[in-house]
Amino acid sequence: MKLLLLLAVVVLAALPWFVGSYLITVMIFIFFYAYLGQAWNIVGGYAGQLSAGHAAFVGIGGYAAALLSAHAGLSPWLGMWIGGGLAALLGAVIGYLGFRFGLRGFYFVLLTVAFAEICRVIALNVDAVGGALGLYITFTGNPRQFQFQDNRAYYYVALALMLGATAAVRAIETHRFGAYLTAIRQDESACEALGIDTLRVKMQAMVLSSFLTGVGGTFYAFYLFSLQPNAVFGIPLSVEIIIRPIVGGAGTVMGPILGSFILSPLAEISRSYFAQGGWNGLHLIVYGVLLIAVVLFLPQGAYPALRRLLRGRPA
Amino acid sequence: MDLTLVGQGLLSGFLFGGVYSLMAVGLTLIFGVMRVVNFAHGDMMVWGMYLAWLLSARAGIDPYVGFLACAAALFLFGLLIQRGLVERIVDAPHEMQILLMLGVALVLENVALVAFGPDPARVRSPLSQATVWIGPIFIDVARLVTFGLAMALTAALWLFLARTDLGRSMRAAADNPYGARVIGTDVRKVYAAAFGVGAACVGAAGALVSPILPFQPTSGLGLSVTSFNIVIIGGMGSLPGAFVGGILVSVAESMGAVFLSPSMKELVSFGLLIAILLFRPAGLFGKTAG
Repeated sequence: MKLLLLLAVVVLAALPWFVGSYLITVMIFIFFYAYLGQAWNIVGGYAGQLSAGHAAFVGIGGYAAALLSAHAGLSPWLGMWIGGGLAALLGAVIGYLGFRFGLRGFYFVLLTVAFAEICRVIALNVDAVGGALGLYITFTGNPRQFQFQDNRAYYYVALALMLGATAAVRAIETHRFGAYLTAIRQDESACEALGIDTLRVKMQAMVLSSFLTGVGGTFYAFYLFSLQPNAVFGIPLSVEIIIRPIVGGAGTVMGPILGSFILSPLAEISRSYFAQGGWNGLHLIVYGVLLIAVVLFLPQGAYPALRRLLRGRPA
Repeated sequence: MDLTLVGQGLLSGFLFGGVYSLMAVGLTLIFGVMRVVNFAHGDMMVWGMYLAWLLSARAGIDPYVGFLACAAALFLFGLLIQRGLVERIVDAPHEMQILLMLGVALVLENVALVAFGPDPARVRSPLSQATVWIGPIFIDVARLVTFGLAMALTAALWLFLARTDLGRSMRAAADNPYGARVIGTDVRKVYAAAFGVGAACVGAAGALVSPILPFQPTSGLGLSVTSFNIVIIGGMGSLPGAFVGGILVSVAESMGAVFLSPSMKELVSFGLLIAILLFRPAGLFGKTAG
């Protein structure tokens, strides 16, 4: 298994030198959404706290890095940590409000949605951060400013983000912290009875998850060169973030990656082929049908099912 | 601050609240009876609007008559969704239910996008142009009629729940599903009817609001979120809570539009929501949260 993973990483590292620029772009989106899904996975998958407002952290991180770069001349390589920190701060506020008052299930979902929507409305109405027009980043092509002439550089940054987050989640899973998270998802009152400080554990998961998501915001901003409040804080982005780990298998290390490899190409293909014919919403119809199918037939996601399938046969 | 403007905002917010109430009553009925949150609620409403638009554009039927057909269509749709999908996950964890309904919402929204295109639509009614003046404040006649019909439908629902056998069974199943089963209630039938009636409410609300509110396929998400705000503020599963919450949120948004700016009116209802979640998560009329 380890050998197989190593081989996969080597193939992915060598890939951009053998394929065209369109496929590189598709791969960048696969890696980036796998990264965001992995970050969500910590609190949404392992701890089972369904946040439907993770777009807020992408937006905060992206806006922070972009504004610091534009007004203070701070390199996004540093700004991304500050963006992540601010996202973690917002995550801590949302987490504290939600967990402290025992908001579960639907109530927690709505709390996270409400905060993301508040961020969106504020970003739309504050002209100092670009208002409804959004924020545009001037292209300089300077690697010190997180800007690259060559798409392959973005490819490697996105790959590194995905692998880094996956390594982090793998480390969490094999340590006590991961066991606490899974236990909270399965039976929170039992955890409390065993003396686990569930509030503290959930807060840690939320802060880590929002920090990583916020760091991803910098990549979003400096890869796409623009931040639109409706796109970057909107519910559709939150749906993009949560659907990959859920389809792939929430609460598993490989789930978000598998989910992204399934969904991102699907989204990209239907977007580029159907959008021209005025079939704009088609990839979202596919998402919807997939969500329904996963809930009804594969509630654990694709990865556990795949593993069962592979284990059933002699290796 | 111009007092006329405030009075105007209060009145139009109050009248618009009738639609919010009807929409939220539908959501809270579904939640109260089977503890399932209908994440596709706003998208069902948008389909109510488009059906009214089709009836008006193709058959020349005024939306103030056509809303009955829209309610009937959505009733059938709700029944089918309940029988085909929701029934399988009534006992599943909340997260799974939310994801399933989110899937339904995505399908509804984007089928509308493919069918009707992304541009905003509006239904014409002869009443849309007329206004009445009360002193310095004017009222759209359309708003008044929408409000009146929404109130009438809510009252009819009230009578249905209070006076008919099926309505009583619904309230019984909402109060105590186990007890309802013990005394021989066909819970499966009651669930399907509740989902159908809830969908009919929001379908009618959509048709009624179509002459005064421009809409597009993507409007559903915002309407869903607004309905969730209202039922949490009023108390999940509480019909009076949804009714009062609808008027309250509409007036609050309208005041937000007057005092802040029209594009920031959502901030007021989200602020209300967060305050309620923190200080009284059971909502104004609710008994317990969870």
